[in-house]
This record gives sequence, C-alpha cells and structure tokens, in this order.
Amino acid sequence: MIYKETGQYKSSYKSDHAIFPLLQDKIAFSTLMFIAFLIIPFVINSYWEKAILVPFLIFSLAAIGLNILTGYCGQVSLGTGGFMAVGAFSTYKIMTYFPDMNIMIIILISGLITAAVGIIFGLPSLRIKGFYLAVATLASQFFLVWLFNKVPWFYNYSDTGQITVSERTMFGVPVTGAEAPSYATYLFCLVLVVVLSFAAKNLIRSKMGRSWMAIRDMDIAAEIIGVPPLKTKLSAFAISSFYIGVAGALYFAVFLGAIEVTESFDIMTISFPVLFMIIIGGLGSMLGSFLGAAFVVTLPIGLKFLMVDMVGLSAVTAKHFEITIWGLLMIIFLIVEPHGLARLWSIAKEKLRRWPFPY
Amino acid sequence: MRIKQLLIGMTASVIAVSSYVEMAIADLKFPMLVYRTGAYAPNGIPNADGFVDYYKMINARDGGIGGEKILHPECETGYKTQVGVECYEKNKKDAMVFQPMSTGITYQLIPKATADGVTVYSTGYGRTSAANGKVFKWIFNAPVTYWDGASIAVRHILKNNLGNIKGKKIALVYHNSAYGKEPIRTLQTLSKKHGFKLMLLPVDHPGQEQKATWLKIRKGRPDNVLMWGWGVMNQVAIKSAASIKFPMDKFIGIWWSGSENDVLPAGQGAHGYKSLTFNAPGTNYQVHADIKKYVHDKGEASGDGSHFGTVLYNRGLFQAMVQVEAATVAQKIHGTSKITPAMYRDGMENVNLSAKRLEELGFKDFAPPFKNSCENHGGSGLAAVQQWDAKTKKWNMITEYMYGDSDVVQKLIAEDSAKYATEQKIAERCG
Repeated sequence: MIYKETGQYKSSYKSDHAIFPLLQDKIAFSTLMFIAFLIIPFVINSYWEKAILVPFLIFSLAAIGLNILTGYCGQVSLGTGGFMAVGAFSTYKIMTYFPDMNIMIIILISGLITAAVGIIFGLPSLRIKGFYLAVATLASQFFLVWLFNKVPWFYNYSDTGQITVSERTMFGVPVTGAEAPSYATYLFCLVLVVVLSFAAKNLIRSKMGRSWMAIRDMDIAAEIIGVPPLKTKLSAFAISSFYIGVAGALYFAVFLGAIEVTESFDIMTISFPVLFMIIIGGLGSMLGSFLGAAFVVTLPIGLKFLMVDMVGLSAVTAKHFEITIWGLLMIIFLIVEPHGLARLWSIAKEKLRRWPFPY
Repeated sequence: MRIKQLLIGMTASVIAVSSYVEMAIADLKFPMLVYRTGAYAPNGIPNADGFVDYYKMINARDGGIGGEKILHPECETGYKTQVGVECYEKNKKDAMVFQPMSTGITYQLIPKATADGVTVYSTGYGRTSAANGKVFKWIFNAPVTYWDGASIAVRHILKNNLGNIKGKKIALVYHNSAYGKEPIRTLQTLSKKHGFKLMLLPVDHPGQEQKATWLKIRKGRPDNVLMWGWGVMNQVAIKSAASIKFPMDKFIGIWWSGSENDVLPAGQGAHGYKSLTFNAPGTNYQVHADIKKYVHDKGEASGDGSHFGTVLYNRGLFQAMVQVEAATVAQKIHGTSKITPAMYRDGMENVNLSAKRLEELGFKDFAPPFKNSCENHGGSGLAAVQQWDAKTKKWNMITEYMYGDSDVVQKLIAEDSAKYATEQKIAERCG
C-alpha cells in the first residue's frame, strides 16, 4: 500500500510524461536531493569525500556514459579507461594553455573533445558488432593510454609523465587542487552529475533515445523502419564519450589531482569496473548506473571496514577475502538477478505496491 | 529475530571499535600503506615485515618512543593509487608520517599531505626533487634519490671501464610509470657529459611481458643494462637476461631491484647480478638480535618471519628506524613525549644519524650516516653496489658507499623543484 498509485490522475500530457510520474517517487527524489544538496555538504569530511562520495559521483557519470552506449544502444565497449584518459588529458592541456578559463567550461570542453574522439573510435561499429566491437574498443583503450604515455606533448614534457592539476576556483572557492575543501569538490561533482543525469534521462526518452533502443533490439529491423544506423550509432558513441570524458576530467582534476595514465586509466582500474557497474546495476537503466557505481565503489571499502575495523582481521587477510567475495558476488549476481540491482528495485516497488497483501 | 540480533551485535561492535579508537589517540600513530597482494607483493611483503617487526621491537624493548607506544595500523593498497588515497584519508588524523612505498602514491600525497600538514617520508623513492626542503616542506626522501642512484650506477660503470665510456651503449630497462621514468633525465644529461649512448626500454605494468624488451637488447647489444624495476618485473627481467646469456655483472638494478626475491627465481643464471643499495643485508647487527629476542622468540613475528635479514626486510628496518628516530628528535626539541604531526616534521628535519647514533640504535655499519636539514631533505646521497652470489645465495657488498654526480643532480633538483614551486605558487623557505 506504500506504493499506491490509485487516485493519482494524470490530466495532461505533461504530467503523464514526467520523469517521476508518481507522487511517492517525487517525494523520495526531493528528499534525496534535499539531503544531497543541503545536508551532506555541511557534514562531509575528507574521508567521505575522497573515499566514497566523489568517486561514487564520478563513476556514476562514467556508468551513465557507458550505459548509453552499451545498455541503450547495444554497442559493447571496453574503452572506458581510454576515453576517461582523453577527458583528463584534455582538461590538463586546456588548463595549462588557458590559465584563466573557468574550470566548469574546461571540463565541458574536455567532454566535447572526448565526444569527437569517441566518434572516431565509433566508426568501426558500423561494420562490426558484439564481441568484435568489444575487441575494437579494447584496442582504443590500449591505443589511447599508450598515446598519452608515449607523446610527451600531452604531459607538457614533464620528466615522469605525471600530470598535476593546479588550483581552480568556482565562486571564489577552490574546487581543484589539494586546498579544495571537501564540500566544494563534492558539490561541484554533484551539480554536474545531477544536471547531466537529467539531460541523459531526457535524451533517452526523446527520439534519439528511442532510435538507440531500436538499434539495440534489432538493427536490421530498425534500419528498415527508417532509423539511420550511421547517425544513431555515432550519436550514441559521441554522447556516451561526452559523459565518460567529463567523468575522466573530474577524476583527474577534482578527485585525484595528479595522474599517471598507465596506472590511473588501466583497463583493470577503469574499463572493467565501469562495465561491472552497469552489469550489476542494470543495463539500460539510469537508476542502475547509480546503484552499480555505488555498489562497486563502496563494496571494497565496506568489506574492509567490516573485516579490518570490526572483526579485527589483518589487512592482508581481509584483502584476500575481499577479492574472493567480490568474485563470488559477481557470479551470484549474474545467476540470481541478471538484470541487475535496478531490476531488484522494481521488484521491490511491485511488492511495496501490494504490501501487506501477498497478491 | 536473527537479523535483529545481528544488528544489535553490529551496533555494539561499532561502538566498541569507535571507543577503542578514541582511547588510542594518546599513542603515536605511524600508519602503514602496504601491499601484501598483487603484482608487487613479492617486494611489498618483506619490506612491510621489516617495518612491523621494528615497531613491535621498540614497543616491547623501550615501551614505545619516550614512553609513547607506537600504533601501526596497516592499510592494504595493492600498489593502487586510488586505494592509497583512501588509506591516506582514513588514517591521516593524528598521523605522524606516511611511507607510501609507491612512487605513484607519493606523487598523489605530496600536495595533499602538504595541505593537511602530514609528513611523507619516501625513503629513496618518490619525487626526486623533494630533496629540496626549501620547496617541499613536508616531504622527505633521504638518504638517497633516484638521480643520485642513476649517477652512482654510471660512476660504477665508468670505474669498470677505466673512466672512459665514450661510445659505449647503456640500456635502461624501466617500469613504464613515474617511478621508472625518474632516472631518464639524469641519464640523458650524463650521456651527453660522458659520451655514452642511451637506450630506453620501457616495460609496462605489471611487468611480466618483456620478450620484446630483451629481444631489443639482443639486437642492440648494449654494453651495460640498468634497471628500474619493482615487483614481478624484476624477477622476469633477471630471468630473461639470464636466458639470453647477457653478462650478469654488466646488469645493474636500482636499490628496489636487488632483493633475494628478485634473483632467486633465475637460479644460477642470476649469479653476478648487481644492484645498488643503501643498507647492508644480513642479520649480524644488534637490531636483529633485539628483534629476535623481543619479537620473534615470542612468536610475534610479522608475516611468517621468513624474510628476516633479507635486503628489503632490512630496508624496512632502516626506514622504520629513521621514522622512529625522527619522533625521538621531535620529543627532544619540543620537550614533550606527546608530539603532534607538526612537531614530528621538525623532528624529521633535524634527524642526524651519525655513525655514533647509528651504533646506539643497533645499526652499526648498517647504512652510511646521514642528516637532514631545512634545505636538504634528501640525505647523504650515498649508495653502494652489491652483487648476488647464486652459489651461497647471498648478496655481497662489492664497493664502498659512493656519491653520485652531485653537480648534475643538484642542478636538476633545483630546476625541477623551481618548476614545481612556480606551478603550485610555493614560496621558498629556509631564510
């Protein structure tokens, strides 16, 4: 009875098309936004910022990006790390060339640059599909990381290949660099994530999103009914890469501050975890991107907290357990709920609707 | 019902843990970032064991530092930067010093620790130009830097070639990361100075794949090979060198590429392999006797205790000793045993490990003496060459401790730190 929709009449197209059509959803979402914008900034400390919230927000953005491409348009990609690196290095280069430019603009331009790179690497998708495309995008991952490590221009000829962010402010408060207060970096990421998520949600509900899904479900049929595959696939690559690029820019500028491309954008540290996020969260679901990111970011920390700080295991034993549990959970998830956490949530909603009656 | 009990139990343990943490604040906290898992574990484990055993010994023998017990919470990083940041944030409160044991994490922590006022001690690794204390107030990398290391290796090669290496070819096999790239600039400068050709051969993380690298060495026939490797990469490189029959005495590793774990897998093939070092191997020191008495004999050895006296274990002892000594110095300067992180930094800056002091600490002839100062956070810059004897399975020191090419190194340090200072808008200290 909690999730009762009876009595909520929709008398206009506008109310019928709302992102959150139910009153309960609206209340839940407003509460969440209230907490995120007006409570967390006042209680956040640097541990919550650096270990949990900022990485969660950044990886949510990357997961949304990959979900647009893989979940909505059906194009498997393993190049997330490479595209995030493009975002990060664009930010670095623009920052050093235009020291007075606003950081928000720099990050959005980095997203656009990544989108352009994404289009180039999306071209093979017109010819190849499925696993073969996964291999082609894997090549982009290795190529981009190699490029940023090999060509010294990208890291301004520094001796070590490290790129380091300098301080940038928004409204007089630093948001990048070591002096940035926790609330500032958090809010900066949060604003970008909220705005871009709404944009993504609306894109998915638009003509463009519907054509992505048509291509995903059956590309030949989609082409026959008039969905142009070239435009559709490349637009998915471009928009997906834009999100991933922004995530990469934030990962470098706001989160880590100093980055080394081979280590920070490795396939095992970025590409696979982001793919796991959308698989665990739910392919083709906005909520799934967030749930998946939250799960992947917090699970190791949660397990560590539980095993080391609570039970008192040694750090290394806990790590071994963590690796094992992680693997087990992946398998269990794929068997028990292949549609991810988002599906679990919709089952829960269904149950709540009828609660306390079983049928 | 069971869930309820579980919840109650968990809440109770949360309360218990948090009150335990509250109580422990009076002690001196030396958080450890370790990696006992992953591709770098073969080197990470002995080193971490050395640290833990030394701390335990100090706690058992002296009852801590000036009466304050040492807390040494471990945080497993797996050599990953992002996890390193999490570990740092988790432990930074009231932390005396961080020893990241990874150049990548060190780079990450330099700006953060400077802003937070936490000392970072990267013993013979990390950012070389952090040796300039005028710019890097909170960062220390004594007793020797990578650029010293590169020039010491070249000096050793020079000596073996009667001072003339014009036209010779030296290859650098390096971990393709900030760590491995550190010596390149110095070697380039030195190659101009001495007229040798430099061959750069990067090896990507984690370092198992080196077929192409050693094929290039077979083709390019360098006269000497230098290596900046870590973890599995060392073992694979030494095995590969042995399998192409590269003369092992022409193959010199940095101090992180010269432990027992690196050479043992290659068996007899590794005989004659050389590496730099800034501490002696073996167990014939007072500190080992103390550790045996106060820690191992009580069955409290860290890990399985099998690394006792190995190169990296001993280096762990040395690193821990400097960190503890800095606390002692800080207590003396400020006249209190309950030192704060800021006081600790003063202690680290005034560490003076003379031969006499080293002997008092049980480290007689273990490492060359060094001292820090406001300007110099890089120590003495002394390192020696050791050679592996595969028959007796022992490292032997074959040279005295020697200085690098300080003209070249100091100039590069000044340049690089000045660049950092302008980038980060840091004003120079020390008068």
